[in-house]
Amino acid sequence: MLKTLFSLELKSLFRSPTWKQNLWMRILIVFAILYFVLIFLSLGVGAYYIIEEAQIGEPFEVINRYLIYYIGFDIVFRYMMQPMPVTNVQPLLYQNIKKSTIVHFSMLKMLYSFFNWSHLFFLIPLSIILTVEGQAAGQVWGWSLSIYFLLLINNYLNVLVNQKNVVFGLVTSLVLGSASLQYFGIFDITPYTQVFFTSLFNQSWLIAVAFGLLVVIYYSAFRHFRTRMYLDAGLAKKSERTISISENYFSRFGKLGLILRNDVALILRNKRARQAVFAGFFFIFYGLLFFTGAVEAYQGDTWKLFAGIFVTGGFLFSFGQYVPSWDSQYYPLLMTQNITYIDYLKSKYTLIQVFTAITTILSSWYLIFGLEIFSFVLLGAIYNLTINSVIVLWGGAYVRTKIDLTSNKKAFGDKNAFNYKTLLLTLPKILLPVIIYGVFDYALGPIAAKISIVVVSIAGYFLKPYLFKTIISIYQKEKYATLKAYRS
Amino acid sequence: MITVSNLSKTYKDTTVLSIESLELSKGEIIGLVGNNGAGKTTFFSLLLDLIKPSTGHIENNLIRVDQSESWKSNTAAFIDESFLIGYLTPEEYFSFIAGLRNINKADLNTFLDRFSTFFNEEILGKNKYIRDLSKGNQKKVGIAAAFIGAPELVILDEPFANLDPRAQMQLQNLIREINQDLKCSIFVSSHDLLHVSELCKRILILNKGELVKDANREEISLDTLRAFFTEEIAEVSETTPLPEDG
Repeated sequence: MLKTLFSLELKSLFRSPTWKQNLWMRILIVFAILYFVLIFLSLGVGAYYIIEEAQIGEPFEVINRYLIYYIGFDIVFRYMMQPMPVTNVQPLLYQNIKKSTIVHFSMLKMLYSFFNWSHLFFLIPLSIILTVEGQAAGQVWGWSLSIYFLLLINNYLNVLVNQKNVVFGLVTSLVLGSASLQYFGIFDITPYTQVFFTSLFNQSWLIAVAFGLLVVIYYSAFRHFRTRMYLDAGLAKKSERTISISENYFSRFGKLGLILRNDVALILRNKRARQAVFAGFFFIFYGLLFFTGAVEAYQGDTWKLFAGIFVTGGFLFSFGQYVPSWDSQYYPLLMTQNITYIDYLKSKYTLIQVFTAITTILSSWYLIFGLEIFSFVLLGAIYNLTINSVIVLWGGAYVRTKIDLTSNKKAFGDKNAFNYKTLLLTLPKILLPVIIYGVFDYALGPIAAKISIVVVSIAGYFLKPYLFKTIISIYQKEKYATLKAYRS
Repeated sequence: MITVSNLSKTYKDTTVLSIESLELSKGEIIGLVGNNGAGKTTFFSLLLDLIKPSTGHIENNLIRVDQSESWKSNTAAFIDESFLIGYLTPEEYFSFIAGLRNINKADLNTFLDRFSTFFNEEILGKNKYIRDLSKGNQKKVGIAAAFIGAPELVILDEPFANLDPRAQMQLQNLIREINQDLKCSIFVSSHDLLHVSELCKRILILNKGELVKDANREEISLDTLRAFFTEEIAEVSETTPLPEDG
């Protein structure tokens, strides 16, 4: 039975319109996966020797001490990026398949997720190195397996975090709490977790505990879904209370106002769109990595500009990237109504501008790091407002991912609003200004580099009508293909 | 109103629609019937420039639909739920369409009054998003919206499907009334031969992508319509053996 379901799953993957139509996307995804595999691999091979080199203690002890971060970041990343298991179960409900089989399948399927197997590229080489360096092989592999169990616990914990608000609150406050306690030096958790991870090594029977915990988490997630496998429970379309949006306010903008009002409704009333907005606001904190000097590699000015663009461009990246996909469910309507492309694009453009302005204002707390740091936030904002807000619409014309705004149709809710594809499409919008800055910084110094970004932004602003024309011609050229992609 | 010349749509090597020439005049209710796969929705999609013709073209009021977009101001359609915006309430959706068609609020309300019995108090003032309405009620919203702003051509794909018997009869009357008041052409497809023969002044039959019959109501009775499809079935079962695995 599981085999049949698995073959269905493979078919749905390889026959999905995004996969079939977008060769470049596939190539990019493969490259991204290779990139991360390489990172894990080099971390696995190198960690031991890097620590040895840095002389911060006995490598294995140090590893055990900081493993908690590895596992902590893992859960955070999973929450932000890992898609939830989506099995279109409704057609299966009427078939001769046990409901529990369907749920087990959906959950076991997750083991094939990148978020799970990628860790093996870290753990296996690390374990090999540890045995080479003289640790007892049996203990090392037991330790390694226990850690893998912990990561799998993260996997199912993340499922529960996504489903149950209580678990979400509990886990986030735990992660955020211990992270901030650590950051402000109030309480260092690592000596305690070091004891834990070391005992995973010394007391091999603890592997049974880890496995037992995994089973418990797995079953609570299983139970959660199993009890909701009814058309009027977990699979039901929830009828929402309506959120009213003033019509009068928007009517002053004419036809643009009409579309703008819809876009505001789109964001307020759809889970997927709301998630994109939240993801956008999270970017505001991304700058901390760069501006606090927390990561040594991120000290350069180009990195600070990089951060500035990210900090103020969260919404631009997480929402703008997917224009016009947000309207995929009713694209035929838009294509047959009295709507000009320019009104359509301007509405989205206005939205992006407004949100970028809001994020810029919210990012002004970076002033506590000094004017110099804040200038990079401003540079990022200027560049985003003038150039990226147009370019993002350009890129979107090629994305053509059908977005299901009411993600409830799928069994466990699809959580793809913010995923690796978004990140990949982000690169060109960031690399260009960073390169410009880097070149001018190298040739003429930091002041000239900053001016260069402002000049490029102003030039971009005046090029806007021309750029819009180009984008419109792409929209027109891609019209049939886009309609086709959204239909399937 | 509509001139079709040399139109065809081919996917790889299957031709799904091929109409050499067709003229639809203004102000008529035209019915389009045919089995599944006959090309009805393909034809509508071509009329609305949602797909690209392989050969030929369609003119709407002398405007080629695949070259200019100005036909959009006098044409409206409801094909399926992709013409609805699920996260709006019916009122918001109507006012969105009305805004695009330059109809003010008061005129919109007068217009919607006409539909009040058809809506059966299940559409307006319910504070529900369109996506939370039943299929039948969604259809009612889409059909009503297509008539906003008195377009010269209204295209409705299977408007009677999913409606309860009462709403079906009401819809027939509504279409007839609106056609007389606004003098607009209404192009309707249906699987229900009875509806078509009662409602439409002119009836087109599509079969495997080709226009096999084009007649006025006076020339084609319900019985002949029915006979057409029964004959076709008889013909098919005589000439081709049944496939083994169905």
